[in-house]
Amino acid sequence: MSILILLIFCSILVATGFLIAFLWSVKSGQFDDDYTPSVRILFDDKPENENKGSI
Amino acid sequence: MNQTDERVKVHTCFHCGSSCDEEIIILDDKDFCCYGCKTVYEILNENNLCAYYDLSTMPGISQRNQKKYPHFEALDNELIRKEYVLFTDGSSACAEFSLPQMHCSSCIWLLENLSRLNKNIVSSRVDFPERKVTVMFREKEMPLSQVAVLLAGIGYEPHLSFDKNKKKKQDNSRIYKIGIAGFAFANIMMLSLPDYFAGGHLNNELLRKTFVYISLFLSIPVFFYSASEFFISAWLSLKQRFLNIDAPIALAVAVTFIRSLYEIFSNTGSGYLDSMSGIVFFMLVGRWFQDRSFRHLSFDRDYRSYFPIAVTVLKNGEEHQASLDAIQTGDRLLIRNQEHICADSVLLRGKASIDYSFVTGESQPVVKTAGDIIYAGGKQIGSTLEVEVLKDVSQSYLTQLWNNTGFANGKEKNVSAIHNLSRYFTIVVLLISLTAACYWMIVDPSKALNAFTAPLIVACPCALLLSATFCNGNVIRHLGMKGLYLKNSGVAESMAKADVIVFDKTGTLTLQGNNNMVYHGQALTEAEMSLVKSAVIHSSHPYSKMISKILTAKIIDVTYFKEYPGKGIETVTNLNSVKVGSEAFVRNESNGNPGIYISIDNHVKGYFLPEQQYREGLAKLISKLSLTHELYMLSGDTDSEQEKLEQLFSGKNNIYFRQSPFDKMAFIEKLQADGKKVIMIGDGLNDAGALMKSNAGIAISNEINNFFPACDGILNGSELIHFDRIISFVKTAGRIIIGSFILSMIYNIVGLYFAVSGTLQPVVAAVLMPASTISIILFTVGLSGFAARKV
Repeated sequence: MSILILLIFCSILVATGFLIAFLWSVKSGQFDDDYTPSVRILFDDKPENENKGSI
Repeated sequence: MNQTDERVKVHTCFHCGSSCDEEIIILDDKDFCCYGCKTVYEILNENNLCAYYDLSTMPGISQRNQKKYPHFEALDNELIRKEYVLFTDGSSACAEFSLPQMHCSSCIWLLENLSRLNKNIVSSRVDFPERKVTVMFREKEMPLSQVAVLLAGIGYEPHLSFDKNKKKKQDNSRIYKIGIAGFAFANIMMLSLPDYFAGGHLNNELLRKTFVYISLFLSIPVFFYSASEFFISAWLSLKQRFLNIDAPIALAVAVTFIRSLYEIFSNTGSGYLDSMSGIVFFMLVGRWFQDRSFRHLSFDRDYRSYFPIAVTVLKNGEEHQASLDAIQTGDRLLIRNQEHICADSVLLRGKASIDYSFVTGESQPVVKTAGDIIYAGGKQIGSTLEVEVLKDVSQSYLTQLWNNTGFANGKEKNVSAIHNLSRYFTIVVLLISLTAACYWMIVDPSKALNAFTAPLIVACPCALLLSATFCNGNVIRHLGMKGLYLKNSGVAESMAKADVIVFDKTGTLTLQGNNNMVYHGQALTEAEMSLVKSAVIHSSHPYSKMISKILTAKIIDVTYFKEYPGKGIETVTNLNSVKVGSEAFVRNESNGNPGIYISIDNHVKGYFLPEQQYREGLAKLISKLSLTHELYMLSGDTDSEQEKLEQLFSGKNNIYFRQSPFDKMAFIEKLQADGKKVIMIGDGLNDAGALMKSNAGIAISNEINNFFPACDGILNGSELIHFDRIISFVKTAGRIIIGSFILSMIYNIVGLYFAVSGTLQPVVAAVLMPASTISIILFTVGLSGFAARKV
């Protein structure tokens, strides 16, 4: 049964990792703007000089 | 043939989508409503940025009423510059501008491609919810003012103001608290399950102890960090001898934690740490949900938001820019066309025609001559003025409104009813605990302590408070979708309780700036109409534009045109001469008629009178609202439209004209002194006092990005006619809250039954708490969403 204790510690360690990841992502501003990135990703990067048709 | 075709086909501007009713400019087979829009198109076209128009149709901002030469030089003033530049390393700098005009994905695309317009811009990034753009530019080659000019040139004039709130950094600490509480809640719950399944008697002592101590360890940050805001707030209110909404939560959390500590260390049980973390987690989520309203709107504005960030000061004959704070009595200022006068001052030079619509609601400009006093808040229309400042900005007539006490104590007015309820709740729960403790003292003293603490743990105010929190949060969101943006949920409750609605007239009941010209006199033939239209189309006076709008005739060439400022215009075509202007100018005599006269070949034909246009469907709205509410109308205007309004409001007792901003505020105060709850609906700065004073002040704005005074809510102008439905929705929401209160009471009674009988098992608390919370959230959110469909 004592292996359970080890497993519990492991699982809490992993969970703590995710908690830290979450706190870090909030701190670095990843949740500040939840709209613009969803639009930004849909913009095509057109080349500056016009050459439509060529890929 | 051609002529009729042109009139039938509706031309809409390729850039901004407004109808080209004043003039049509054609370029590249595309119609434009004004030169401003065309210019923006040309700039984008030259720089290969026309994808702007592909992303969404007609994404532009109408340039028709934009200031033509905005003054951004002030941005290069070191003090003002600091407000906008986030950082600089000497060669490149990063500046942040607020662009309230942005509204679609095209806007984002264009603003993120600024570097293609000017090579000195390194990059730009948009924060859409905040309506902000952060621009990185080479400051040696390009001063900050040029960046602003570039933005204005493509139709996004930065909103520059001295809003102190602007720098408000977003506070993430609540998110951290939620994250930690949620983490602890889930893990403690998992560790408690074995104990629950074993019926509270886990055989393996080592496992049980490990689980309990890990739980204890996890709950420490929850108690000391996540729950800290409840303790602080409860303590502050206790010091003022008042039980606020946080008091029962703080009590429940503290009692649960202490009892758990006792049980764990005395080895008598495993405590209620999962319930405690759960309470904290759900309460924090509820708070976050409620407060997460409209970030990009600022509801608390003072006079500084309305004035330009800098004014042109004349010193020793030289012009330079100074910030508002630097202005002192005796300074000489230059006020250009369309600029606001920021301090009470005396006119020295120039012909002043001051538009006070901003302050008083009166839309006719007031003419002032040298030596007259001009009050702050007016806007100059016409040539440049030179004025001498009489009073500091903060001491001026208009700004005194903000120094009035009504503003200072208006803050706490939307206190939710649950605040009062929570006080009784705390007292009742404490009484039950004491009674139970007394009873068990006599019957079985060993259970007394349990019986005393258990009601405090189980009678969690959670469900009770959350029902209102979630319901209100959801109501705010649904109202936002319908065009009413509320500052907080308390406003919705105030609106539901109100029994009086007070309307402002100009801009609220009437359409803003959309005055209708009505022609009086001899009927005009088609040819005459086209003569008049051809004359007025050359003038930029607002009246000329309004006349040209209602005349649909064809435009013909004009050989001679002269505008006499303040009088009128004169034009000559091949065959006729036309005069349009004041009575004195056209007829050479005056009876004091304010109309705009026209004469053709020196023959006076008649005159145009501006008439305010009321919103469509107003009569219906007022008759519906009058069934349930007392209605009043306060106007800063003269009583010229009294008859019309009397019809609307069925009687003259509820209509008041010539109300100063202070009168309006006093009127609201008087109603409130009679025990009425008042909703004030207004739009101008002249309503600012009344909006603040009222129980729920709703500002009308045709574009939420435009000017609106400090208020509790902003209503999209076109939605005003649905105000009755909004009121009934808000009332329904109130009933939903009551319904969920009853539901949470049932949960509480069940929980209390276990508690006072002294048999509260941790598993009961652990099941009851999340079950009640989640079911109540579903109940309120579901029902309010359903009710919102009828708005």
